[in-house]
Amino acid sequence: MTIDTRTVDGVTVLDIHGKITIGEGSAEIRNTVRDLLQAGRKKILLNMEDVSYVDSSGIGEMVSSFTTVTNQGGELKLLHLTKKLRELLAITKLLTVFDSYTDEGEAVSSFSS
Amino acid sequence: MSGAVSKAIELSFGSEIGYLDLIQGVSDGVSALAGFDSDSQYWIGLAVREAVTNAILHGNQKDAKKKVVLVFRICEDRLEIIVRDQGKGLEGLDIPDPLDPENLLRPGGRGIFFVRSFMDSVDFRVSPEGGHEIVMKKVRSQKKRGKEDDN
Repeated sequence: MTIDTRTVDGVTVLDIHGKITIGEGSAEIRNTVRDLLQAGRKKILLNMEDVSYVDSSGIGEMVSSFTTVTNQGGELKLLHLTKKLRELLAITKLLTVFDSYTDEGEAVSSFSS
Repeated sequence: MSGAVSKAIELSFGSEIGYLDLIQGVSDGVSALAGFDSDSQYWIGLAVREAVTNAILHGNQKDAKKKVVLVFRICEDRLEIIVRDQGKGLEGLDIPDPLDPENLLRPGGRGIFFVRSFMDSVDFRVSPEGGHEIVMKKVRSQKKRGKEDDN
């Protein structure tokens, strides 16, 4: 799994590529998010468009990142959920926790100013 | 359920997470052979992956010398999958309901929930061969059975 970081109108977009699974460096998301928070960047959008697979560990990683950001007064949202990931988030009732978007511009403008 | 086994595949491997992709590939192949469509193959593969992860992490406590045995049986009316560890399985593990609002934001505890979600029946038992095992079953439709007969 690799992560590319870019900034759009003050929002940090993490383009995640590959698998978010146990043994595939799923802690990379947590570490990247932690570094962003330390740098004062608290508006974070995870772009899942190029995520090929997520297991329960990956879901745990997303939840862990969400709570870390929220506890520090920030916001973490999701962009471009794949069909399978949306189903996993639905059955775990996490669709009610995460804000998710299908349009990047709409996602970026949804963050509080 | 009819117990007649038409095809059986058994794998034995050390307790290493690095095998998961290989195992998932085998699961996809067996599910396809049993006539499941690509969506079902995906969810069965995820259930197998989660059950094997549990066997490695909790059953065998990541001891690479301890084996995990994975058995696929294509029966007339179902696909049966057994994941056996050489340890205590999930014994003694407290697994809270991941859908309880109090637990929604817990990072862990969803692996077995996924196994139960994607398979038609799931049983946990002490293995007659030692260790613990998870027995998972997925019902094959009439159409799926016909597909296997064509192979």
